[in-house]
Amino acid sequence: MTTETSALSGVASLELDPFSDSFLTNPYPAHEEMREAGPVFWLERYELWGVARYSEVTQVLVDHETYVSSRGVGISDFAKEKPWRPPSLLLEADPPHHTKARHVVSQILTPKLLRTLKEGFQERADELVARVAARGGEIDGVADLAEAYPLEVFPDFIGLPKEGRENLLPYGSMVFNTFGPRNSHFERAMERGAKAQGWIMEQCQPGAPARDGLGAKIHAAAAEAGYGAEDQAKLLRSFLSAGVDTTVHGIGNALECLARNPEQFAALREDPALARAAFEETVRFSSPVQTFFRTTSRDTELSGMAIPEGSKVLMFLAAANRDPRQWERPDEFDIRRKAAGHVGFGFGVHACLGQMLARLEGECFLSALARHVDTIELAGEPVQQLNNTLRGLDSLPLRLTAA
Amino acid sequence: MPKITFVQPDGLENVVDAEADVSVMRAAVASGVPGIVAECGGSAMCATCHVYVDAGNLDGLPELGDVEDEMLDCTAAERLDCSRLSCQLPATRDLTVRIPPTQV
Repeated sequence: MTTETSALSGVASLELDPFSDSFLTNPYPAHEEMREAGPVFWLERYELWGVARYSEVTQVLVDHETYVSSRGVGISDFAKEKPWRPPSLLLEADPPHHTKARHVVSQILTPKLLRTLKEGFQERADELVARVAARGGEIDGVADLAEAYPLEVFPDFIGLPKEGRENLLPYGSMVFNTFGPRNSHFERAMERGAKAQGWIMEQCQPGAPARDGLGAKIHAAAAEAGYGAEDQAKLLRSFLSAGVDTTVHGIGNALECLARNPEQFAALREDPALARAAFEETVRFSSPVQTFFRTTSRDTELSGMAIPEGSKVLMFLAAANRDPRQWERPDEFDIRRKAAGHVGFGFGVHACLGQMLARLEGECFLSALARHVDTIELAGEPVQQLNNTLRGLDSLPLRLTAA
Repeated sequence: MPKITFVQPDGLENVVDAEADVSVMRAAVASGVPGIVAECGGSAMCATCHVYVDAGNLDGLPELGDVEDEMLDCTAAERLDCSRLSCQLPATRDLTVRIPPTQV
């Protein structure tokens, strides 16, 4: 890998491809290379800027007026290219429009509401984990646990029908793949996701979700705020895009981390109250969402480097979450550390709206694991599911002993 | 450097020198002050950095926003007139805040 410093700007220029199979399989050596290249660097292949240190990533996240989202949070600049789907009112919008749309959701999805869900979410995690652990033999931590749990509790919470829920995974995978370049992951995801898209859009229509679920509440609040049917559907679409694959990967990655670090699982077993912290540490150490883009709305400067208007800036969230300038022992998975402050859920006005729901799911699942499972070990090599944005597993062969 | 005084529920005080341009929450977390959980890291989403602002310090604070107002309805400890989320308070001057008995 060569690092050249451009004579013009003094910015390190890197040849690496952050969307190649080798990078996506194991991004960590390249994360280090990027952090050490400088506070800001140039990615030659795609002609865009990158930031991989904690300080610069948070500066870009916080300054939403300079680093806008309305021109797309993927590699494509909506000012120059038509997006493949109508832009999200939340993810791909700027204040003041974004502020209004976000408030529709944040006033409903409050910590208070989530507290009322805890008992039910915990019961279902206990039931699932106890059943799978009792089965004995080899299991797939992804299909049997990491996918099974969110696919049960999340669609029920939204008010989706039982039939067709399998569409949620390919749809989410497609959305996150399309933030990257048009490589093989992008193309394959579009093929697989196209079938799911029809079902997803049907479920998003006002009147489609069950009356007592979150989906109907979002539609009602959106209508009250003055949004028409099309925008009401778009607001719910955000949940179905971002709410499943992410938590599936969070739980799958947690299982892998605990299987690879038996002393950490022992600590969790000893004190199941560490479940929430263990999930938080997973999101730092093995971030399900690895990257997001912004676009500069004006000429600007970041850590002394000039960045012109209309530039795409790629934030390596997962690299910031292991930046030694911010974290002690960044490459150690330690469920007792204070992981709060990581940028695995982003930060600022676009911080993940579902983060408290994700924490609830992660906590309930890992608490159940701590109480129903005695030992957890790898029964084979985990297989990564390569995605242009997400980091997670396709399969995770495990052997569990029931407690 | 502005001094932020955190008064624990048992009356013990932690006095922290806040760095420039940080929130009261960040100042607490940076110094490991107990009782400020700040799970969401400062995005006003978790209501776990709740503080009671000392009566004499209320003037001159930024106004309560809609989102912060709704979050304060979700705090684990009782909401009082002087309740704020410390992630929304800039540490620009000396300030005394009390930490509630619970955040989660």
